[in-house]
Amino acid sequence: MKDWRYWLAEQRGTLLAFGIFIVMFVIYTSNHPAGFTANVVQTASNKGVLLAFVAMAQTLVVITAGIDLSVGMIFTLTNCLASWLVVGTGIETAFGVIAVLGTGLLCGAINGAIVIYGRLQPIVATIATGAVYFGIALLLRPFPGGSVNEGLADALTGRLFGIVPASLVTLLAVVLVVWVPFSRSVLGRAAYAAGSSEMAAYMSGVPIRRGKFAAYALAGLLAAIGGLFLTFFTYTGDAAYASGNAYTLFSIAAVVLGGVSLFGGKGSAIGAIFGALAFRTIGDLLFVFDFDPLWQPLFQGVILLIAVSLGAFALFRVRNRLEWFL
Amino acid sequence: MSETTVSGLAGRMPKFLRRADPAVLTAFACIVLLLFLGSLYSRSFLSPEYLLQQLKVASFLGVIATGMMLVILLGQIDLSVPWSVAAGAMMACAAAAYGPVGVALAIPFGIFCGVLIGIVNGIGVAYLRIPSMIITLATNAVAQGLMVVYTGGFSPQDSATGAMRYLATGFAVPGVPNAVLIWALIGAAMVFVLTRTGFGRTVYGIGNRERAAYLSGIDTRRVVMIAFAVSGGLSAFGGVLLAGYASKAAQSMGDAYLLPSIAAVVLGGTSILGGRGSYLGTVAGVILITLLQSILSVMQMPEAGRQIIYGVVIVAMLLLYGRAPASR
Repeated sequence: MKDWRYWLAEQRGTLLAFGIFIVMFVIYTSNHPAGFTANVVQTASNKGVLLAFVAMAQTLVVITAGIDLSVGMIFTLTNCLASWLVVGTGIETAFGVIAVLGTGLLCGAINGAIVIYGRLQPIVATIATGAVYFGIALLLRPFPGGSVNEGLADALTGRLFGIVPASLVTLLAVVLVVWVPFSRSVLGRAAYAAGSSEMAAYMSGVPIRRGKFAAYALAGLLAAIGGLFLTFFTYTGDAAYASGNAYTLFSIAAVVLGGVSLFGGKGSAIGAIFGALAFRTIGDLLFVFDFDPLWQPLFQGVILLIAVSLGAFALFRVRNRLEWFL
Repeated sequence: MSETTVSGLAGRMPKFLRRADPAVLTAFACIVLLLFLGSLYSRSFLSPEYLLQQLKVASFLGVIATGMMLVILLGQIDLSVPWSVAAGAMMACAAAAYGPVGVALAIPFGIFCGVLIGIVNGIGVAYLRIPSMIITLATNAVAQGLMVVYTGGFSPQDSATGAMRYLATGFAVPGVPNAVLIWALIGAAMVFVLTRTGFGRTVYGIGNRERAAYLSGIDTRRVVMIAFAVSGGLSAFGGVLLAGYASKAAQSMGDAYLLPSIAAVVLGGTSILGGRGSYLGTVAGVILITLLQSILSVMQMPEAGRQIIYGVVIVAMLLLYGRAPASR
């Protein structure tokens, strides 16, 4: 009985995000001209999965009470890199994929090294590294273009057995391979502990530096998986500043919607995934209701503003006014 | 309110070197180094015309960085700069379309829009206790959405008014561009506010420890909100000046000012954690960034290379003197 209650309290944010997503998705499909068909689900999941990967990346860093404002740029950089490397025969493609993922891991590791061992503030450090990553992306792709192994791309963005979107299966696989082992490992617990109370974690002998470093590095890897998927989705590489920035912004929105605390130490990547899917669905609601697409940026901005303002309800629980000032 | 405080730089030359922040000295040393490197590359780099032109370009960033500094001194950050700049510029140009009254009110209206964005930020940070990084990103997105809806997705056709152009490119005093004059005035006002008024001391106090400032009987929330409103207003004013400089407003005109404004403040020795920093440092940071940009463009560095060098330089300089104290 008690275990069950504890689990519910711990997963409240995730369950809430799941609920929001289900409600939004039902509204979306029931108003979609084509209805609830495999095609609609496939398109929606392909779009949602891109943001879900970036949101997972953001979650890892946010859990350590940091923030990564370069995820969108790592996403863009790996997209451009993949449009060069993930081509040719099976072996070449495989090496290309490994190289792209390795680049993402390296970008994340650089962020982590600067923030943890360089002792810089995550905000400024990742804005600056984001500029560097975007510059490299622009070097790789001054103009949109390139290509990708279309067989692999179609397999990963298509459907399994004609029903299940392959992108969702990939997302599940990434969760099982990256998130689940990480969150259950010593390093993952250290990342949570560092975000919750760095001092207490240090005093207890938790390896907080390694935990935080692993979180930043894995965030780079997850953003790279997202970038790879974008390439599979569009068949091209495009160093677009606005799109990189938008993904960074949306990843924060998804993380907040997914019940991950921006103060660190609370939440899970699963919640952020549902947050990302919900955010995408809300954005697409405008289309099924035939609004002018011009309204979409404003609509998404307002949702973000509302989502972050919801955190203010915690103020009602504050008994001592000094708790305002963390 | 005492004089034995961090920024004793105002008017005390003998103690200047002894008291100066090493970061400010490093920043000035880097400016000299950049000027030297530039003069090796091109003779005209040290000519008065070129330097004055650089100062004029720097003044737009200077106005924006002034607001950013106020917010960073509080230990917060304002990421809504890009669309505050754009909104200020676009709304000022838009107001000019409504007859002579609109033309007369164009500049105040543009600034007013920036102040509104700043007030939303301020309410979010001070009263709702939302992390400034998040709420300012959100208001930035909302401001962007509003501007996109307003313009229908295109750059506005309205062009800058005569007054805006005069402020940005005219010469009220022979030899000194108006933009530089405006930056000097705003800078002087900022130095006065920071060092000689209760508000300024409170800003430093909140940056050091908001809890202590609150317990000293200061309405810290009001101060934080005013600081964000000022920051939004100054960003918008920077946008108005930029629109005057380019004769028209464009949607993405503010994007190029977010990283430079933060970098200028931080490179000038202001602690990103708040509570420490002088305006002189920000001036040095602004000039440093502008010179760096100018040298890179004189060398005809493509955009990609500029972004990379820019990020690397900022990280490198922060690693030199912007590090947090070693924990424990």
